[in-house]
Order: sequence, then C-alpha cells, then structure tokens
Amino acid sequence: MRLLGKLTWAAIPWNQPIPLIAGAAVIVVILMVLAWVIVRGHLPYLWREWITSVDHKRIGVMYTLLGLAMLLRGFIDAIMMRSQQALAFRAPGYLPPEHFDQVFSAHGTIMIFFAAMPLMIGLMNFAVPLQLGVRDVAFPTLNSTSFWLTATGALLVNISLVIGEFARTGWLPYPPLSETTYLPGVGVDYYIWSLQISGVGTLLTGINFVTTILKIRAPGMSYLRMPMFCWTALAANLLIIAAFPVLTATLAMLALDRYLGFHFFTNSGGGNMMMFINLIWAWGHPEVYILVLPAFGIFSEVISTFSGKPLFGYRSMVAATLFICLVSFMVWLHHFFTMGAGGDVNAVFGIATSIIAVGTGVKIYNWMFTMYGGRIRYATPMLWAVGFMVTFIIGGMTGVLLAVPPADFQLHNSLFLVAHFHNVIIGGVLFGAFAGITYWFPKAFGFKLHEGWGKAAFWFAIVGFYVTFVPLYVAGILGMTRRLQHYDVAEWRPWVLAAGVGIIVLFVSMVCQIIQLVVSIRHRDALRDETGDPWNGRSLEWATASPPPAFNFAVLPNVQGGEPYWHVKQHAVAAGQLAAEPDYQPIEMPRNSPTGFITAFFTTITGFSLIWHIWWMVGLGIAAAYGVFVWFAWRDIAEYEIPVEEVARLDRERRRARQEWLDAHAREIA
Amino acid sequence: MSTTDAVVDTRRGVDPYKIGRGGYGGGGRATGHGEGGPASKSVIVGYGFWLFLLSDIVLFSCLFAAHAVQRNATAGGPTGPELFDPSSIALETTALLLSSFTCGMAAVATGVRNQLWTQIFLLITGLFGAAFLVLEARDFTAMIERGASPQVSGYWSSFFAVVGCHGLHVTAGLLWLGTMIAQIYVKGFRPNILRRILCFNLFWHVLDIIWVALFTIVYLIGEGR
Amino acid sequence: MGRWIIISCVAFALGGCSGGIFDARGPVGAADAKILLDAVGIMLVIVVPTIVGTIFFAWWFRASNARAHYRPDFVYSGRIEIIVWAIPLLVILFLGGVIWIGSHMLDPFQPISSPNKPIRVQVVSLDWKWLFIYPDQGIASVNEIVAPVGTPVHFFLTSASVMNAFFVPQLGSMIATMNGMVTQLYLQADQPGDYLGESAQFSGDGFAGMHFTLRAVPQAGFVQWIATAQQTGPELDKAAYETLQEQSQGVRPSTYRAVAPNLFDAIVKRQIPPSAASQVAATGPGARPVGGH
Repeated sequence: MRLLGKLTWAAIPWNQPIPLIAGAAVIVVILMVLAWVIVRGHLPYLWREWITSVDHKRIGVMYTLLGLAMLLRGFIDAIMMRSQQALAFRAPGYLPPEHFDQVFSAHGTIMIFFAAMPLMIGLMNFAVPLQLGVRDVAFPTLNSTSFWLTATGALLVNISLVIGEFARTGWLPYPPLSETTYLPGVGVDYYIWSLQISGVGTLLTGINFVTTILKIRAPGMSYLRMPMFCWTALAANLLIIAAFPVLTATLAMLALDRYLGFHFFTNSGGGNMMMFINLIWAWGHPEVYILVLPAFGIFSEVISTFSGKPLFGYRSMVAATLFICLVSFMVWLHHFFTMGAGGDVNAVFGIATSIIAVGTGVKIYNWMFTMYGGRIRYATPMLWAVGFMVTFIIGGMTGVLLAVPPADFQLHNSLFLVAHFHNVIIGGVLFGAFAGITYWFPKAFGFKLHEGWGKAAFWFAIVGFYVTFVPLYVAGILGMTRRLQHYDVAEWRPWVLAAGVGIIVLFVSMVCQIIQLVVSIRHRDALRDETGDPWNGRSLEWATASPPPAFNFAVLPNVQGGEPYWHVKQHAVAAGQLAAEPDYQPIEMPRNSPTGFITAFFTTITGFSLIWHIWWMVGLGIAAAYGVFVWFAWRDIAEYEIPVEEVARLDRERRRARQEWLDAHAREIA
Repeated sequence: MSTTDAVVDTRRGVDPYKIGRGGYGGGGRATGHGEGGPASKSVIVGYGFWLFLLSDIVLFSCLFAAHAVQRNATAGGPTGPELFDPSSIALETTALLLSSFTCGMAAVATGVRNQLWTQIFLLITGLFGAAFLVLEARDFTAMIERGASPQVSGYWSSFFAVVGCHGLHVTAGLLWLGTMIAQIYVKGFRPNILRRILCFNLFWHVLDIIWVALFTIVYLIGEGR
Repeated sequence: MGRWIIISCVAFALGGCSGGIFDARGPVGAADAKILLDAVGIMLVIVVPTIVGTIFFAWWFRASNARAHYRPDFVYSGRIEIIVWAIPLLVILFLGGVIWIGSHMLDPFQPISSPNKPIRVQVVSLDWKWLFIYPDQGIASVNEIVAPVGTPVHFFLTSASVMNAFFVPQLGSMIATMNGMVTQLYLQADQPGDYLGESAQFSGDGFAGMHFTLRAVPQAGFVQWIATAQQTGPELDKAAYETLQEQSQGVRPSTYRAVAPNLFDAIVKRQIPPSAASQVAATGPGARPVGGH
C-alpha cells in the first residue's frame, strides 16, 4: 500500500494550461489575501468575531459570501461553456472533451450546491431569527458547523481543479457512466465526498431551522403572525430534512459501488441504473423547491415593503407554500419521462407536475394584488422583484410544457430544458438572492448599497438573461441537445452565437455588482442607515439597530398581531414618541466555539484522503473529528452573560436614533 | 420604538387579515406553542433530535427501498434465505431488545438521579449492544465465506448496505454511550448532561425499531419468498 | 416582452429554419409537436394576461403616480381568491386531459397504425457510435439508418455501455437505451430526406460525435440499399463486434453484409458483456486529449 494512495505529482494538470494557470492565479490571490490579513493583524479579529462565531448574523454573512464567491466561479465555467460552443461549429474549439465535460459538470454542481444553496441558507440564517423576534437559532454551534462543512465541500470541489480532476458526468452522476468501469479517475469521487460532507451540513441546517421556527418565536407570535419569509423558510427546511438523507443514501451507494465493488447501479451483477435515477431525482426535485421557496419568501417581504401594503392573501400564501412543499415529493419522474415507464406512469406524474403550478400561480397573483393599490417605490430590491415575476412566469410555463410527456419526448435534455431551468433558477433563486442581499445589506452592515450601480446590475442581468437563454430555447426546439462539446448543424449556429453575446451582457451585470460593492464601501458614510429602518419596513428585523447587537433584541418583543413592527411604528409616529423604556436585564448568549471550523478542517482531510485512497489519513481524520466533538461536548461553560449596563447602553443608542427620526419626521409633517 | 408594547391597540381591527383573533391563530399560551414564546432548552433539544431521527429514518428507507428493488437481483449467485442463520438473528434481536430495556432502566435511574444504577444499566446496555455487533460480525463473516459477499450481486450489495448501516449506527451509538458514561461520571446530572441522556435514549430506541423493521423485511419476508 | 420573444422565435423556427421538432416529417413527430403547440396555446391564455397585468400594476401603482388610489387595507378578497385558485386549476384540468391522452397515444412503445408492415431495426448504443441491425434483412449498419418512406420502423433498443437516448428530432420521440434492457420505439418518415439523429443522454467524452443519419428513401431505394449492403462490407461476427465495442469517435457510416445470429439478444442478455474497463481508454489527470471530431 502506497503512503499517499493514488496521489502522485501527475495529479497536477501540468499539460493543461487553463486549469494550471487559473489554479495558480487563485492560489496566489489567496496567499496574498492571507498575508495581508496576517501582517495587518486582522487574524485575531477574524478568528474571534467570524471564524468561531456562532451568531446567526455572522454565519449568514459568511454563507452569503461563500455563495457569491462560488457564483463567480460557476459563472466563469458558464463563460467557458458558451465560448466553447460559440467557437466549436465544425471545429474543436479550445476545450478538449475531457476538459469541457468537467467544466459543465463543475458549473452545475457549484451553482446548485455552493452558490444557490449557500445564498438562500445565508439569507435565512441572517433574517429568520430577527423576523421571529428571538436571539438566535436553536443550535448555534451546530449552525457554525453546518457552514464550515459546506465550505469544506466547496473547497474540495475547487481543489479538484488543481489536484486531479472533477467529475465528467454532468451535475448528476448517472451510472453506469459514473461507475469505475467508465470513469476510474478521481473526478466522481471528488463529487461524491464534497457533496456528502456539505450534505451533512445542510441537513443540520434543516433541523436547526425547523426547530427554531416551530419552537423559538417571540411571545405572541403564533403561526399565522409569522412573516411570509419564515413560512417559506420553514417549508424549505422541512424539505431539506426529508430530502437530503436521500441524497446521502444514494451517493453512499454509488461510493460503495466505486470503492468496494458493490452492485447497486453497475451494468453487471444485478445492478440497476434506473434505481439511481429514481433515487437521485426523489432528492433532486425537492431540492429545486428548497432553492426557490426562500426566494419566494424574500419576494413576499420585498413586494410588501416597497408597495407600502401588507401582503395580499397571507393565508392562501401559507396554504400555497405548504401545498408546494408537499406536492414537490410527488413529481420526480418528470425528470425521466423518456426512460420508458409507460403511458400510465408518465401521465400520472405529468398531471402531478402541472398541479404544482397551481400553487405557484396563486403566489404570483397574490404578489400582483399586493402591488395593486400600493405606492410602489422602485429601489433595487423591488426591481429584482418585478423582474422575477415576469421571468418566472415564463419559466414556469416552459416547465409545465415539459411536464407534458409527448412534448418532453422531443425536448428532454435539449437546450430547451437547459433554458427552462435557468429561467426559473436565475429568475427565481438568483434574482431572489440579489433582492434579499440588497434588502438586508443595510441591516447587516449599517449602510445601504449604492442604488445606481444596483439598478445597472439589474438591467444588465435581465437583458443578459433573455439574450442568453431565449436563443437556447430556440436551439432546443431546433433539436440541439445539451452538453455538446462541438456540433456541426448549421441551423443551430446563429442561436449559439447569440447566447454567446448574452453571456457578455451578464458579465457586465456581474461587473456592476462588484463595482456596487466597492463603491458602497467607499461611500458608506453617505449611505449610512441611521435608524435601522431604511426601507420603512414592516417586520421585526427593522426594529433593531443596523447592525443589530449580538443579542438582537434587548427585550423580546411582545407580538400582538401580524406585521408587529409596523403597528408599533404607527403608534409611535402617532404619539410622536417611543413607548417607555423597557426593564433591562442581563442577557445570556452562547459562547463562540472553534468546533465547527476544526471539525471541518479534519473533515476536509478525511474527504481528500478518501478521494485519493490514503486510508491511514482517513482513519486519522475521522478519529480527529470525533475527538474534536468530544472535546467540545466536554466544555463546562456554554454561555456568557452580557451585563445589564451594556444591554441598556446599546438599546438606548438605538432608541435615541429612533427618537431623532421621530422628531425630524414630526417637523417635516408640521 | 420600544419593543415592549405598553400602548398597543388590541382591538379586533388591528389584525389586518380580519379573520378573527385567538382561536386557531392563537395556538396556546405555553412556551413552545403558538403564542407562548420560546420553548425551554430540553424541549428544543429533544425536538431537534427527533427531527434528526426522522431524517435518519428517511436514510434507512432509501436503503430498504434499494433492497426491495434488488430483492431478486442475485445474478445467479446465492440467495439470502439459503444463508441466513435464524438462531443467530434471534439472538441478535434478543440482545438488542434487552439493551433497549436496560437503556430504559438507565433512564429511570437517571430520573431519580442515582449515579450508580444509571452507570450499571448503561454499561449493561453497552454490553448487549456489543454482543449484537459481535454476533452480526460473525454472521457477515460466515456469509462471505460461503460466497455471499456484497461484490457478488445487487441483492447482497443492498443487504449488506442496509444491515451494515444499522450496524454502523449501533457502533456509533456505543461510542456515544462510552462518552456518556464518562461524562455522567465526571460531571453528574447537570441539565445539559440530562438532555444528552434523553437524546441517547431516543437514538437507542429508534435503532431498535429500525432493527425490527429490518429483520421483518429483510430476513422474515426474504425467508418467506 | 418575454412572451413576444418566445412567440417570434417559435414562428422563426417554424417558418424559416429547417430541421428541429417543428419541422416534423412523420406522424409521431407531428403529433408531438402539435401537442406541444396546443399546450403552449392553452397556457398563453393565462400567461399573457398575467404578465401584462403584472407589468401594468407595477407601472400604474408606482409611488409617483398621483392618480393611482392608495389602498393599504386591500389585503384580502374572497372573489379574487376563488379566481386565482380556480383558473389555474381549470387550465391544469384541461391540460391534464391532454397529458393523459397524449402520454398513451404517443408512448414510444405504442405502434403506428399503418397498412405497411413495420421494418424492424435493432439499435445498440456504443461508445461513441450507433449500431443498427436489420434482423429480417440480415445486415447491420453503423451510424446510418436507411428506411423506406411511409413505412413504420419498429426499433428495439439497448446499450452496450452506458445510458444513451436515441433521438431523431424531425421524426419524433426519444427513448433511453440501457444495458441489459430493451426499450422500443416506433417512428415513420412520411417524406424522403436525410434526418439528423443524435444521442440525447450524455455518455462520456465522445458524446458530441455520437450522431447518425436517418435516410428516408422510396421503397425501391431501400430495397437497393439492402441488396448492396448484403454484398459488400465485412461480417459482423462476435470478433468484429468486440472490435466495434472499443471506444472510438467520429466513426464514418458503414455496413456489414452479415450479422452473427441473435447478436442483439446476446448483447441484451449480457452473453456478450458490456464494454469492460479494459476497453475504456485511460483518461484522467495527465492523459493526452482524445482527438476531436
């Protein structure tokens, strides 16, 4: 047995310039940033305030940053794919097949697992406890562990760029292609372990949030007084608890096939590839609802706030959300109508899939009627919301189209399908992420994002989206299938080229987003959020200062109805003054802990050594991770106390800012 | 704006949805229910752990489903009923059921804060669990020697996966049990230790339930075919 | 805006460009395309007013519009509730009928009713080419199907390696191919022509080259092609087949003058095993790129 398993110097892509240079550039940048952090003395601060933080607000920010960074990486993969296809008409292009295959596999895997999921989970982390009027989630240290395990998964996928290779199967590793018979390299193993590890993190998040939303709410906040975002977060996290174990089990079975020669999905020995496809999509379909439901919740908040009205039809929104949650488990076969299940089975699943569209349709109408009779202010988040509504309706329509089996028989796996799911994911999840980030950014950091650059980013994004993906709808109708490294059908060419232009427009949008961030930080004093309520908000997070203190609320709010903050605010405005100062008490908060980070560190080692068959290191990693867990479990003091003077000081600052605003507001009206 | 509302309007008209107050929306006044405010820590921990156990049951369901799909995928090799050892399985079942009983007794002893009897019963639980694992390992070895390794066919792959996954959970449970024994000894019956004992109990009993499902579906029904 | 783009592109594809699923040349393709357009039409009835309504409300109720009535209490309306639940539900019911009937009528295994007796073609997807066996004529062809116009072709499909999907866009439905299993498909070309065929399920590094041509010719042309094939080219015996099984890309169409008896059955029953690790080109970190098309 070799000391380093399958790992040799040949694992580094010496003869492939693109990953070599890209990898080297990224390593250099990381080292430079690390050096700057250490030399400037920021490391103790980072360790104390961020890396070991168990505060949901900090964890939410870190998740969002991870998601944005991975969005960038995935987008670069997209640029490579579009440019390769634009060049490869009766020509080889610049990406040989085994490289192109990794690029599209990495694109899908990274975008779904390490961009979209962290963005949604990050926003849920940040906002849900604040909206519920409580101090933190149910299990703060577990929350930190979830984040660091997700980061581990992202790290492993990115390491595959420079050490070894990534999967060459597409973002779902269908067997038998993903078996060692056909892909004996480490690519599929990188995929398996990075998803198994981050999958554990996500499952723990699901448990954390369902417990929080159902068991930890401010006094008086019954279910039907929760903000809509909390309802969609609940539904998404219920889906996580029910669906992610399926992913874990299925990937474990594939791993057993690959590592120990089992016969779950192999071509021989009684393996059944159709079983993989059923299992993976039984997870896969709920997964897309896990992604989009929080986005729906964000839009409910944004549309209601910026229309100056409560959400229309709150109860039917709740019903529609839970309806979507339930039915999302009954439609998975629509991902493989063409596998030959027969008319009865195909029809039943086709009908179930169209039924789910009813729930989404109800939501769209409720948002429309929230706008109706409103006074809509078009700050950046509201632009994303309206853009989402129009775009998602089209994406949903093409989805219901694909739910008709005879139509799907022509369009399955074509670029029409690719355009459909990008339509709903970009229009839904990504626009939702940007809306949520722009909306809650001032709460998190104390200053708003620059409006002008935000609007520019939006317009380039929506135009770029249509210019990229409408041609792909057409190409799919013309018969072009997906994942082609090259093609020679002349009719497809203009559409592929058009899509190549579109990606440039999207690139400009991305640049606008980066500029927006830089400009906003530079001009943060001018963009300062003084009161903590920059948008005239309606839910409890806007009652806190920006950024909120560690404990969120000095005294947990006593909720009397829906939209509690709005009513409290109206009374204060009417009275011209705040309610009496509350009776401050010292507050106990959970202590920070390095458990999450260190566990993730050893998990990274375990994952890497599993991929490269370094068995002794696997044992070491697992033992060390277990050791860290026991060490954490042994601590005697889990909490620290914030003295009452500190609580009072922070809260009085907040009250002072609010009173100033009230006085200025009264002068304005007078 | 203060967050404790001394002057909030509580008339009916305040609720914009106007579909009545109290009743269904008002859930209950106890903590952790409806309007009662945050639940206590032991409720939170227990609830969260139950959710974890439910997710684990989903995991096992997938493995059960795979075994059901591959119940005839013996690829010309040996079948289950040929090689199952019913007496061994009966012993394993007895060991596990008894361990659940002693675990329950340990919970009773914890309830009266008796360190000695808690430790004794936990130890016996561990011994029964270990006996289960030893018997199972012996079974597996015997079956593999007689040509039924997981590499032989899909049937055996799914068999070893589902039964093996259960065995891995029992192993993890024993590691946890050892840690708990140590912690109870060193720290006594503090609130957080009590919460962990509750979680361990839940885990151990659910493992037993999974075993019942397992030996019914895999062994008994398999035997009948 | 989006709606107009889609409709104009659909019109574009329909009218101008050739090829693709709306340029159907056979009954299955035509029926699939018709259902697709019907479903689009049904949904546009809802989608268009919804998009128009959304954009209109978004514009009319902007804060700067003094003429719009501000109605902050408008948060519930029973009438609107009933409508927004009922209309999509009714549309879905209607669509459900289309789905039920269409799924049965156009199931790939469903025969095409025709006075002509179907031609049988056995399909084997390999890495990275297609093998077509004509069991009744005793010949085989790689990457090219020749079929008589107006006669149904009854395909029996399997795979000798990983999963693929057999697809001729202008003739109709696709169906997956899987090792150890047989799927079926009926297609018919009503007009002569060369139709693009492809695999619609990613199958590895040579996937992009995995297309074939379906040539629909008059009956006489078909008979002649069979006769020529029966006299020229090598024999597809077990050895030749195993050579064919080795991974290759960019394979030119060719024919075999004879086929080993029950070759397809042997492949399906795995008496000839699917391609094994030894036949897979070793690619991975450090390997040289395989040649392109």
